[in-house]
Amino acid sequence: MSHAEDAPTLYGLMAEFDNPTALVRAAEQARLAGYREMDAYSPIPIHDLTEAIGARRTRLPILVFIGGMLGGLGGFGLEYWSQVIAYPLNIGGRPLNSWPQFVPVMFETTVLGAALAAFVGMWALNKLPQPYHPVFNVPAFARASTDRFFLCIEAADPRFDREATGQFLQGLHPVGVTDVEP
Amino acid sequence: MTSAAPHQRLRDDLLRPLLETSWRFYLLVGVLGVFVLAGLVAWATQMWFGFGISGIRWPVYWGFFVTNFVFWIGISHAGTLISAILRLVNAGWRRPVTRCAEVITAFSLVIGAMFPLIHLGRPWLAFWLAPYPSERLLWPNFRSPLVWDFFAINTYLTGSVLFLFLPMIPDFAAVRDRSSGLRRRVYRVLALGWRGTPKQWHRLEAAMSIMAVAIVPVAVSVHTIVSFDFSMAPVPMWQSTIFGPYFVAGAIFSGIAGLIIAMAALRKFLHLEDYLHPVHFQNLGKLMLVMALLWGYFVFNERLVTYYGNGPSEMAVFWRTQRESFAPLYWTMVTCNFVLPLVILGITRFRTITGCVIASFGVVVGMWLERFLIIVPSLGHKYLPYSYGTYRPQPVEIIITVATFAAMCLLYVLFAKFVPIISIWEMRAVQHPSPALIPPATAEHPLGETHA
Repeated sequence: MSHAEDAPTLYGLMAEFDNPTALVRAAEQARLAGYREMDAYSPIPIHDLTEAIGARRTRLPILVFIGGMLGGLGGFGLEYWSQVIAYPLNIGGRPLNSWPQFVPVMFETTVLGAALAAFVGMWALNKLPQPYHPVFNVPAFARASTDRFFLCIEAADPRFDREATGQFLQGLHPVGVTDVEP
Repeated sequence: MTSAAPHQRLRDDLLRPLLETSWRFYLLVGVLGVFVLAGLVAWATQMWFGFGISGIRWPVYWGFFVTNFVFWIGISHAGTLISAILRLVNAGWRRPVTRCAEVITAFSLVIGAMFPLIHLGRPWLAFWLAPYPSERLLWPNFRSPLVWDFFAINTYLTGSVLFLFLPMIPDFAAVRDRSSGLRRRVYRVLALGWRGTPKQWHRLEAAMSIMAVAIVPVAVSVHTIVSFDFSMAPVPMWQSTIFGPYFVAGAIFSGIAGLIIAMAALRKFLHLEDYLHPVHFQNLGKLMLVMALLWGYFVFNERLVTYYGNGPSEMAVFWRTQRESFAPLYWTMVTCNFVLPLVILGITRFRTITGCVIASFGVVVGMWLERFLIIVPSLGHKYLPYSYGTYRPQPVEIIITVATFAAMCLLYVLFAKFVPIISIWEMRAVQHPSPALIPPATAEHPLGETHA
């Protein structure tokens, strides 16, 4: 049943659509048909697609929270250590740990930590930068950043079969179906 | 014809400035470059001969340089603050505006942050402000507003650049797929291998909305802390509790003016008439009108409280600005910042693109004068007669001031040359007619109209 000689040379099968609604419908159909190892590619964010493809909510907010906490504590730690321990200096008779005056810097480092966590976290979770990915081998994929919508069912999926999956994708009325070289 | 035609037109219109270069671009870059070069030469001259060649001397130690510092940090509030707020309230008309605005923030912050360096006698020692374990065993004084400034501005700059860069990644991918040769290789690196999977989009949007929330308080804190540089010093008319909101309101005010000017220039020279509509200018004009009223209130408040308190040193500065040597500048400021915007933006018939641009130029001039009038008259007339003095700007300061305006234009022109100045994917997301994909709030609607 399986095409043993083809399987290692194929990353997956990619269907091309010319509107987002068709892509969302195709992703839903593929999910109903039991495919799990698949991904969609679109030039705009499509919220229905996130559910259709079975993606979960991102963990980014937790990372940002941790980043912000580390930034705030780090900022206060820096201030306390430098003003009280490393270089104690009497400024206008204030206590060495004059924490109300440490608040502005603490606030800024908190936000700095959160912003860096959001940025670095977005890169890390999205695995960017990613210099190579098989989908870029498809010439038509150049339009994925402009006006075409793609659904790729990957060969790694247990239900993947070159003939059957190809026929299934053709049945979704795409503009075209292409092999994706690994 | 399906959705393909408007898509391609959008892409072609917004990518044309990147792919085609006319002689006018080189001419503009050349002219602006000459001004920037002149400014660098002036700065080098000042470093070589010392601060004596500038007009800054006892007791007026803060002159044009600090005026420019506060002014440019103020202009920076155009961007990230306005764009973050418009993102948070999900205003549909924001889409073509946000990036134009965020770029202003990034560059004007860089320019503004240059001025404390230019203001240093030995700028190569600027790194002493950073807290690091040095061989001198010294640490910066974290109780000083100047150190707060260092942290606030660096946080704001870092955050704004990241906030600007995040939504640019999908657009770099669009440029990558459209170009060839060396340009393709460069944008391929910048696009980081963006594929546009649902997860990637989801995380990008999550990161954007989180950063929009985080950046608003930072923007407010930055100009508040800049105002602490003044209000925590024992100088007449500076020691005031309203300085925080007064500075922030003025900053947003001048920021909107800068944004309107930049958008009008983009619309005209990059032929973006189909994307930056009169309604965008009218909406920003309404925002600017509100800020003009707020600014007018703060000035009135500042004046009234001083007059009512009737302290001799305060009143001396008060009359210096309103009636004596600084009166021409003061009344120019009031005209530019209050009368002009009120007349032009308050009357619907005048609130056209041209009207908004005229009012914006007025506000930019007026806000620069406001910063100058806060700094110089007070410093030249403190509590005791031994500290009375005058300030006369010298050529080196004037050249550097002019050069920074040229530098802002130059950076903006170069940015618009290498990056799509209007976010392609955000514009495209509106184009899709399917109502299921677009929440009603993102439909184009003028400010003040209720959401469906």
